[in-house]
Amino acid sequence: MLGLYLHRDSAVHRLPAGAKMGGLLLLTAVVLTLPGAWGALAAMVAGAALLAAARLPPGRVLRDLRAPVVMLALLFGIQALLAGTGWQDAAIAVARFAALILLATVVTLTTRVMDMVDLFERLFGLLRPLGVNPAKMALMLALTIRFVPLLGDLVREVRMAQRARGVERNMAALFVPLLVKILTMADDLTAALEARGYDPADTGSQR
Amino acid sequence: MLSTRDLVLCALFAALLGGLGMAPPIPLGFLPVPITAQTLGVMLAGTILGARRGGLAALLFVLLVAAGLPLLAGGRGGIGVLMGPTGGFVLAWPLGAVITGWLAERFASGTSPVRLFAVSVVGGILAVYAVGIPWLALVAGLPIEKAALGTMAFLPGDLIKAGVCAFAAAAVRRAGILPLHA
Amino acid sequence: MIELRSVTHAYGDRPVLHDLSLRLEERRIAILGGNGSGKSTLARLLNGLIVPTAGSVSVDGLDTRRDGRAVRQRVGFVFQNPDTQIVYPTVEEDLAFGLKARRLPRDEIARRVAAALERYGLARYRHQPAHQMSGGEKQLLAIAGVLVLEPSHVVFDEPTTLLDLRNRRKVIQLVRDLPQRVVVVTHDLDMIMDFDRVVVLEGGRVVADGPPAEAVPAYVERLG
Repeated sequence: MLGLYLHRDSAVHRLPAGAKMGGLLLLTAVVLTLPGAWGALAAMVAGAALLAAARLPPGRVLRDLRAPVVMLALLFGIQALLAGTGWQDAAIAVARFAALILLATVVTLTTRVMDMVDLFERLFGLLRPLGVNPAKMALMLALTIRFVPLLGDLVREVRMAQRARGVERNMAALFVPLLVKILTMADDLTAALEARGYDPADTGSQR
Repeated sequence: MLSTRDLVLCALFAALLGGLGMAPPIPLGFLPVPITAQTLGVMLAGTILGARRGGLAALLFVLLVAAGLPLLAGGRGGIGVLMGPTGGFVLAWPLGAVITGWLAERFASGTSPVRLFAVSVVGGILAVYAVGIPWLALVAGLPIEKAALGTMAFLPGDLIKAGVCAFAAAAVRRAGILPLHA
Repeated sequence: MIELRSVTHAYGDRPVLHDLSLRLEERRIAILGGNGSGKSTLARLLNGLIVPTAGSVSVDGLDTRRDGRAVRQRVGFVFQNPDTQIVYPTVEEDLAFGLKARRLPRDEIARRVAAALERYGLARYRHQPAHQMSGGEKQLLAIAGVLVLEPSHVVFDEPTTLLDLRNRRKVIQLVRDLPQRVVVVTHDLDMIMDFDRVVVLEGGRVVADGPPAEAVPAYVERLG
């Protein structure tokens, strides 16, 4: 699975995932604390600059942004029409979040899924004192990525089978066989992991 | 400690959430919006896997969306979507699954569809709305009542999903395939 | 050598194997049996995936109940459906999975993975997502994922059932060329005609046991 990553040869792409996520968090905090429209403006400028530096096609980025922006605009429109008062505050709030969504989209488009997953694993390592096992989290993330397409096929398959039997819109008829299949798959997959030497008692401290 | 089977179940239910996002939404004539079954996946994770494993399954899913996999209905994903106006409704899924699971373990560990329905409504709808609505209000700069009112368009669909979840979970429990406290 | 001593196995109150004693010493052994004969259960007992309700199973003197982990290091297991055996998203990562679980050093893992990619003709799929491969390629990957661990015995549970003719031949050839002791649970009679020994199960009991020329006709007759 390639994810939403868009490959370009740029300094933004080469930045480590941790730096990008850290930067995003920091900018989010700054934007939300700066009074008035300044935060939104600053984030917009930063977002546009990063977009250019990452050599991402603006058309594609705008397409990704269309849904949230249209929704925000729509909500804002209704708001302005109905309420009348306080629309400047609403406008600022919308602009702030539109800018933050732009920044976040830049991070997503320039960072490979696996780099992001690696970052999560390192962060889970920090949570070890709380009883989090980073090796298990890493295995579960990998298993999930592996099984999403398979489950997608399974959903389609079960739906088709039900349709063939004339059951068109009955969601219950979809989910019972789907769950039964998943629970059998779980048995097989557990056996396969253990047959290949996976031992859940391993702390995975060595990586 | 999580057993191998627990790990596998969490991953498979997280993958189920993704798989449900890939399937075309199911049109129900009498509703304004076609419903995607992903929130149903959250309710199922809670009722079938319980609080701990169900919550973990939903958490894995949200992490992979944040990592940039296009797993949300319509092929959406990435941090931008999570930070967007409807992001709270997705970020709340781990909490929703935990609450559904916690309640299910205490009050709906049998095969009563009524109890399973109630539990799915509280965890899968109320808890999710409790995070999603303030989030929407904050991001869109809306008064919270308006954000809540707008969300009500999704309530009928979500209630149907809770019903399907109750029916499906009861059927799986009756078949004795997976006890809640496995 | 794999040895079963008075093995009885039941799932809950449903018995599947009755007082089975077998010494598996030959290099290529087939277990034949119809649906519900207990053959898959027998296969899973051989590497300690399940332990018998009564009696014992040992591999090279190691008891599956006591030394489960050591037994699984010796006995590789290939399942019928590759889809539930491939656990990592891409081919290379999946081959490395079992080696990582065994805590081998990084460079040793890289060396073995590279060798397996070459040997089983998977090199060009290296970074490919497993779900984009055909059924036959997936089964090859699943088998490679087990053989990369260099087990001294390999158990196959119906490895050809889900394959088309061409891929079935490929897998049969691969099994034929393995230097290890091989135990194959199957209905695929073509696969086992040159095996050293065939054990026929019915209702959880051995009903025929010998070279293919004797045991296979007995199996076919019982199916009749």
